[in-house]
Amino acid sequence: MIRLQSITRTFHMGDQTVYALNDINLQIDSGEYVSIMGPSGSGKSTLLNIIGLLDQPNGGRYELDGRPVTDLTEIEQARIRREKIGFVFQSFHLVPRLTAAENIELPLILGGIPAEQRQARVQAALQAFELLQRAQHRPAELSGGQRQRVAIARATIMQPSVILADEPTGNLDHQIGAEVMVLLENLHHAGTTLIIVTHDRELGARAHRQIGMRDGKILTDQHS
Amino acid sequence: MTLSDTLLTSFRTVVSYRLRSLLIILAMALGVAAVVMLTALGDGARNYVINQFSSIGTNLLVVLPGRAETSGSFLGAVLGQTPRDLTLKDAQLLERLPQIRRYAPLNVGAAELSAANRLREVTVLGSTEHLIPIRHMKLAQGSFLQHGSERSAQIVLGAKIAQEFFPHIQAIGQRVRLGDNRFLVSGVLAAQGETMGFNTDEVVIIPIDYAQAMFNTTSLFRILVETKHHNDIEPAKQAMLAILKQAHDGEEDITIITQDAILSTFDRILHALTLAVAGIAAISLIVAGILIMNVMLVAVSQRTAEIGLLKAIGATSSDIRRLFFAEALWLSLTGALFGFLLGQLGSQLIRWAYPQLPAWAPLWASIAGIAVAVITGIVASILPANQAARLDAVQALGKR
Ligand SMILES: Nc1ncnc2c1ncn2[C@@H]1O[C@H](COP(=O)(O)OP(=O)(O)OP(=O)(O)O)[C@@H](O)[C@H]1O
Ligand SMILES: [Mg+2]
Repeated sequence: MIRLQSITRTFHMGDQTVYALNDINLQIDSGEYVSIMGPSGSGKSTLLNIIGLLDQPNGGRYELDGRPVTDLTEIEQARIRREKIGFVFQSFHLVPRLTAAENIELPLILGGIPAEQRQARVQAALQAFELLQRAQHRPAELSGGQRQRVAIARATIMQPSVILADEPTGNLDHQIGAEVMVLLENLHHAGTTLIIVTHDRELGARAHRQIGMRDGKILTDQHS
Repeated sequence: MTLSDTLLTSFRTVVSYRLRSLLIILAMALGVAAVVMLTALGDGARNYVINQFSSIGTNLLVVLPGRAETSGSFLGAVLGQTPRDLTLKDAQLLERLPQIRRYAPLNVGAAELSAANRLREVTVLGSTEHLIPIRHMKLAQGSFLQHGSERSAQIVLGAKIAQEFFPHIQAIGQRVRLGDNRFLVSGVLAAQGETMGFNTDEVVIIPIDYAQAMFNTTSLFRILVETKHHNDIEPAKQAMLAILKQAHDGEEDITIITQDAILSTFDRILHALTLAVAGIAAISLIVAGILIMNVMLVAVSQRTAEIGLLKAIGATSSDIRRLFFAEALWLSLTGALFGFLLGQLGSQLIRWAYPQLPAWAPLWASIAGIAVAVITGIVASILPANQAARLDAVQALGKR
């Protein structure tokens, strides 16, 4: 369960203060499927980064699974990112010199999982995302859809409870984007909390809960 | 992240940036190779000198007429400014000393040697039978003044002279003329080549009495003394000084050089020289370290997005720092080991080219070279590794 209370995040541009997030109050229960929409610069990515503990709020309180996390040490936060959170980015963020299999393996390595177990888990993930044929290919040799599948496999290999996807279909054409959405929704069906930032109204409407943002504030919060 | 995974991951990174890694490794390797080879040369020169010294005899003391200057230089004595002669009687006094195994009085001069219709000038050493063992010379054939033949007119020919005068027949038993005297060839020296600028292959040795008569002198050029043990050198020197001072009416007008003292002087000088060249070579390692630092800084900015990603999927700052550390460690360690092998190969080539020179890099230099390389590599990576670890994850992910 994610619980944000009065979260603010400001940036200083010269002598001007920009409120990327302005007094955000939000609760997302485990297993929810939430889309976040809003114009560019409204604070969607900042919100996602704070939920994913990649960024620190300037004020407010954040509880994850009933535990306040804003004051945790850097090492504890890294551990939570590793074990509970999976990120999916618009630009995939694969390591170019590693193969698909090696990219998927990265979180397991960071988590200190023994090599014997890693192989089996990577194989299972490759199979689940239909990447077995591409296991030894580098990102440059993969199509956009395949790259995002590798990224999703990497985000889920540690079986996180929350998947945070920042415009996961932004770099994909419509057809491939829809396929990627199906993969993400399958994760939601399996019980994972899924939070997606998107510009695409149609995709956003597929979520069971739609949050609209503007100028660092939540304007609308609809369940459907 | 486990240590072995950190090492393995950074090793893969090193391998995948092939050209960049090869250049750094080469720079490191050349530095270490320079340390290894230059110290091999320096230490080789040192050992060469030590070998030369021990090839002219061990536990050796040399008595020269003349007082060494109080400045500690023995040049005056060496140049032969002799206030009072050193005589055979002086030499015989030394025989009583318990520390002394044997001694050989020595006169040196030049004379014409003629035999078998040949004639040439040769260097003449006048001495006793002890000269040969004291000076570590070997007889290839025959003997010199053995078994009560001390007074007979025997001559030992250097290997080259024997070869020149008697190329086809047995030299031993031949009669030769040296100056105005006739001698019987009793032995031939084994070929030894040049040691300390003195070629024993082109000398002849005759009994000291004949030499003194021939050169019309009663004073000795040198007395060579060999002690029984290495520890006896210093006591023997003191005892000899005392005896000879007494014999010379209380005047200390002789100089005793111990081979040890000269040797250790050379040893010190050449060791210092070796250290100095090692230090100079080590500077190239620092240069390689700076290269590593630059390359790692470039790597951090190139891989900014990747660092952001690693943080997003759960890497801690120290994971990132260790990854960059390990990468620098691999580069410098591989470079150091490669350089060590290169240096050994280079030393081997030197030994092939100059067989007299025992150009082996001393162990301390190899260890120090490798250690300095690895430490420079690690130190050089501190700044880049910290920079990478401090990167803000969100901003890093924004970089393309
Ligand atoms: N590092 C930063 N420095 C300064 N301002 C920033 C920084 N990051 C974000 N901002 C500002 O914070 C606000 C929110 O940014 P954010 O990236 O969250 O918007 P967004 O909704 O994700 O926009 P987009 O749809 O374009 O991705 C923007 O006004 C942006 O300019
Ligand atoms: Mg955004």
